[in-house]
Amino acid sequence: MSLQDQDRIFTNLYGFQPFNLAAAIKRGDWADTKKLMEAGQDAIIDAIKASGLRGRGGAGFPTGMKWSFMPKAPTDNRPNFLVINADESEPGSCKDREIIRHDPHKLIEGALIAGYAMRARAAYIYIRGEFIYEAKVLEAAVAEAYAAGLIGRNACKSGYDFDVFVHRGAGAYICGEETAMLESLEGKKGQPRLKPPFPAGAGLYGCPTTVNNVESIAVAPTILRRSPEWFKSFGREGNAGTKLFQISGHVNTPCTVEEAMSIPFRELIEKHCGGIRGGWDNLLAVIPGGSSVPLVPAHEIMDAPMDFDGLKALGSGLGTAAVIVMDKSTDIVRAISRLSYFYKHESCGQCTPCREGTGWMWRVMERMRTGDADVSEIDTLYQVTKQVEGHTICALGDAAAWPIQGLIKHFRPEMERRIHEAKGGEMLEAAE
Amino acid sequence: MADAVQLPNEAETRSRWGAFAWTPANAKTAAMYIARYPTGRQQSAVMALLDLAQRQVGDETKTQGWLPVPVIEYVAAQLGMPYMRAYEVASFYTMYNLAPVGRYHVQVCGTTPCLLRGSDDVLAACKNRGLVKGGTTPDGLFTLTEVECLGACTNAPMVQINDDNFEDLTYDSMAAILEALATDKPVKIGPQVDRQTSCPEGGPTTLVEFVK
Repeated sequence: MSLQDQDRIFTNLYGFQPFNLAAAIKRGDWADTKKLMEAGQDAIIDAIKASGLRGRGGAGFPTGMKWSFMPKAPTDNRPNFLVINADESEPGSCKDREIIRHDPHKLIEGALIAGYAMRARAAYIYIRGEFIYEAKVLEAAVAEAYAAGLIGRNACKSGYDFDVFVHRGAGAYICGEETAMLESLEGKKGQPRLKPPFPAGAGLYGCPTTVNNVESIAVAPTILRRSPEWFKSFGREGNAGTKLFQISGHVNTPCTVEEAMSIPFRELIEKHCGGIRGGWDNLLAVIPGGSSVPLVPAHEIMDAPMDFDGLKALGSGLGTAAVIVMDKSTDIVRAISRLSYFYKHESCGQCTPCREGTGWMWRVMERMRTGDADVSEIDTLYQVTKQVEGHTICALGDAAAWPIQGLIKHFRPEMERRIHEAKGGEMLEAAE
Repeated sequence: MADAVQLPNEAETRSRWGAFAWTPANAKTAAMYIARYPTGRQQSAVMALLDLAQRQVGDETKTQGWLPVPVIEYVAAQLGMPYMRAYEVASFYTMYNLAPVGRYHVQVCGTTPCLLRGSDDVLAACKNRGLVKGGTTPDGLFTLTEVECLGACTNAPMVQINDDNFEDLTYDSMAAILEALATDKPVKIGPQVDRQTSCPEGGPTTLVEFVK
């Protein structure tokens, strides 16, 4: 059964209504938030655990469990902090933008509830610098919430003091990595920290910190209002809930849409995107979770369930549910090579395998694109991706390696064809 | 280092910008940003203050703005941090311009989702108007940069010009936008096709009763 409108969380996804507080209250936000908080901090964490919510930022870590890692008795000298990751920069992803510019009060209310549950003193919302209009909307919404007494001292008359601050980034993909984000919040270059210590032990300003994605936080109030069981009723076991899917590339009508987890790929595209450009036979490959996950060829993805486990089984991942669709007109090597350029551009330069490897991989990928290479170099390229993967502080090295590995795994014949063609030789054909 | 910027002559920069100080309005805004962070942690405000300073320089030069060395020094001094720590931040993040830019900073997204939907055409429209990647047009009107994913992928291809997004572009609509900007005509921000934000073209497939 497919998701009904009454079960959609983000009812103003497209901004047909205003974002402001009055309109948000009409949509059900801030409805008796005090009562939700009175259930108690541990009860809120237990409810989020029971709902099966997994982090919406890409890794899919259970959100309730993450909250439970925070110290239960913070001191004044060492308060707990909540940091909300709105540094949406993964190519393909554009869901947090819609939440922030059209439903910011869901996020702010979520910040209060999540912050209260993890005993945080304040939340910092780190929004990417290029979201200039979105940051203005968010600042306005935060000001509205302060003026109405919903956050700040005695938030929602609950007796709990909680501040929400907006912090704008300035154009660095790496700041979406949680420890790089903390560095950036402290006014430094966004270079990831070694873990441990994990942020829940020593994060922002050395204080216990939890970093959560915008979508994970924004769905929390609705889960508490409508019950964890309601949320869990969508999607397969272990992949609960509804999810914002962002479908870009070669579909007839690209869009962002909220759907139930585990929806089959074909149904998602047919229902909301008007089908594949040129029909289903024209589908070449799909990157199902943002640029960092390996691509999946057409025949494997067509009827696959769009969730964490279903896409993992295909050797890929759900990531941020940013679905990049490529039809047969795509120069697939160029498409992946452009991603290699992206990672080269965004490498922070801290770890040698990534700093040197991303540039090297991009240069070889460019030669693969034109065919100016030797067939044996495909193996060399694969080996280098394996030497970058897992040998860096953060996952950017892995993210740069995986798309290339996916390309070699599924499109090696195409890469070889180009090399032979550039050499002027015909591909050897089977005798008739 | 091929794409590293050429820093302008320092002596000239100093004579022009050595006396930089906040306007009264910006001084208030800067104090508001600093107050968002705990006492002793005012360095956290460096990103916000650099952005504010770039905008003030932009207002004074009628461009998008940039960060001359004395301006970075001014911000660093206000926050009690060494100049080099502030310069590190200014050079690490791509949104800070370390050299002057034109009146309109045309930032074309060229990452794969935009590439698939035709960012080549958008770049061609820029090129045919005389814009060169990494350079400013002789009249000082346009600076062209190819940037990485700006997070509007379901509205690809897109550009950001100063603070505004232009989405769902084609060669023709991009050429029309550049023409309008060059001749001071009004432009339509957001999707350039008949479409509400990231809603599917032709009307929503969900939440139909929420459409006014």
